[in-house]
Amino acid sequence: MDIIGMRRKMLGVSLAIIIIGLISLATQGLNLGIDFTGGTIMDFAFEEVVEVEDIRSIMAEFDLDQRSVIQEVGDNEISIRTDDLNPDQLVDIQGRIEEEFPSAEMLRTDVVGPTIGEELKSSALWALLVAAIAIVGYISYRFEFRFAIGALGALFHDVLITLGIFSILGLEVDVAFIAALLTIVGYSINDTIVIYDRIREKVRFSKKEPFAQLANAAILDTLQRSINTSITTLLPILAILFLGGTTIQNFMIALLIGMLAGTYSSIFVASPILVEWDEKKAMKRNI
Amino acid sequence: MDWKKKRMTKLFSVLILLGVAVFFLYPLDESINLGLDLQGGTQVVLEARDTDAVQVDDDAVRRAMSVIQTRVDEMGLAEPIVQRQGERRIMVSLPGVEDPNQAVQTIGQTAQLQFKDEDGNIVMTGEALSDARGAYGGDVVQRPVIQFELTREGSRQFGQITRENIGRRISIYLDDELLTSPTVQSEIRGEGQITGFESLEEAQRVALLLRAGALPVPVEMIENRTVGPTLGAIAIDRSLKAGLIGLSLVIVFMIFMYKLPGLVAAISLAFYSVLVLGILAGLNATLTLPGIGGLILSIGMAVDANVIIFERIKYEYRAGKTLKAAVDAGFKRAFTTILDANITTLITASILAYFGTGMIRGFAITLSIGIIASMFTAIIVTRMIINFVLDKNIMAGDKIFGLSRG
Repeated sequence: MDIIGMRRKMLGVSLAIIIIGLISLATQGLNLGIDFTGGTIMDFAFEEVVEVEDIRSIMAEFDLDQRSVIQEVGDNEISIRTDDLNPDQLVDIQGRIEEEFPSAEMLRTDVVGPTIGEELKSSALWALLVAAIAIVGYISYRFEFRFAIGALGALFHDVLITLGIFSILGLEVDVAFIAALLTIVGYSINDTIVIYDRIREKVRFSKKEPFAQLANAAILDTLQRSINTSITTLLPILAILFLGGTTIQNFMIALLIGMLAGTYSSIFVASPILVEWDEKKAMKRNI
Repeated sequence: MDWKKKRMTKLFSVLILLGVAVFFLYPLDESINLGLDLQGGTQVVLEARDTDAVQVDDDAVRRAMSVIQTRVDEMGLAEPIVQRQGERRIMVSLPGVEDPNQAVQTIGQTAQLQFKDEDGNIVMTGEALSDARGAYGGDVVQRPVIQFELTREGSRQFGQITRENIGRRISIYLDDELLTSPTVQSEIRGEGQITGFESLEEAQRVALLLRAGALPVPVEMIENRTVGPTLGAIAIDRSLKAGLIGLSLVIVFMIFMYKLPGLVAAISLAFYSVLVLGILAGLNATLTLPGIGGLILSIGMAVDANVIIFERIKYEYRAGKTLKAAVDAGFKRAFTTILDANITTLITASILAYFGTGMIRGFAITLSIGIIASMFTAIIVTRMIINFVLDKNIMAGDKIFGLSRG
């Protein structure tokens, strides 16, 4: 199988998905949760059927009905998203709901102030940046600088695809999403390194064959591993996604997209970048 | 004989490690701290605010923390934690609290009690109180009141105030909100009572605040993460089930793909699980929902190390080596691959642990522990068992190893 030979086509596919994602990011952006925007989420469970309108009229008593998104989630569960409230307001609203519906049970309350959201954004960006630099440093030290660039290319590929799909599907982005992104970064690199390791070995033992051919052989040698590992990683992810409950569903969706993109990019992006790099250099030499 | 000795030492160290892990894990339901998202509870971050009168400084935050600690203790909760976070933030964790939102309200209230005369002068504050209790009281009608006792100095002060204001009103404010405004009938010393509460619970709550004292500076709640007890129980039940199913699927897949070595990987995976949980228990780390996500994810990565080794063994075997030589070469060559691949993952996990707060850090720490433990089990434990199998000649042919010269 000539994977390197079809690299342009595959890079094209990736690029197309990334561009669609970028367009979505530019036009409708990400559906930011309260972790970023600040605000309150309160979830209640009831033993009877409770209409959204009933809860809305309670919120109206606090002048918050215009500023609340009230949704029915699951069986007799209501989720309220609104401004970031102070403790007195939380107690009052909860008290009113419990008064109106005695079976009400508060499942979850999350309040995030606006400063926390800003801090989260900046620390997430810093974490991604520092991680990228550290990885480039480590790979340059263990391999060569161009390997670091290839790995970084694959990494950005995976992160952009995950961000793009979340934007297109309008899935909510929260703190856990940041954790998922950084896990994807780790997984993507991990996957790429295993192939690079084999390329490094091949290059060391044979000087004659062209680099593209060695890279292709290395990808094929490790292909079984790439597939098996993505299966053993995807099995637990799918198990949590379908059985783990709604709280970490988005987290698992992010991991799922990232893992698939990561496996794809380690084969079709990371090594092709090395080959492109190699051929550019060869061309310069010939001129 | 030397290699045999070496192998025995290795076996013993692994068994001792397993023993230590089991020791930390016993009994299972008490050994691992569950995060608030799993056992239910609330975690709030409070930020001290400047007022016209007081600027927030280190001392003010310290005193606020000690007042909050007293309040939390007075509530009679199990294992509350009050922590300083940065310059002016205080984080309070209340596991298993029954009415979390109310608890947060009580913790964060300034609780500045003021007695004012008719001219609006503050004549006494809550500091003069030595004790306060919520009860039903009153002269004519029974209603919720706070009965308070005064310190010796407070008693002298209150005596003077009431003497000078007989026939006039004294207004009592809590955080600038008027509670009651009684007319002084006679001089009062030692003790008194305050009315103006909606319910007995409210009177008891404020009494608690008055006993613990007022916060030196007001605090604002900037983050509140509360999970009710039911949701926590559901989360732990579901994620346990998901984890077990995920683990079984991986084991089935591995045995299907790699036959005997797959079974070996499954055994070392079981060892890995005990080891990771043992480390978590030993470090007294807290397991959160994202932490469980990290753990289950690291199962996949733990298997990856085995997959890399087995694929390498196959590769070496196909290249013409004997089974034993292929196994040796496979482990040796796979080692650098696993090391490079895992170190990069470890780098991102530790960066995550450094930059992240709360639940992200929990996730990163469990992931890091998982990565280290997975390298150990794949390289040491899997190898040990494979060597054992090779020695005993348990497998008659290469088939049981899932190998072919291809």
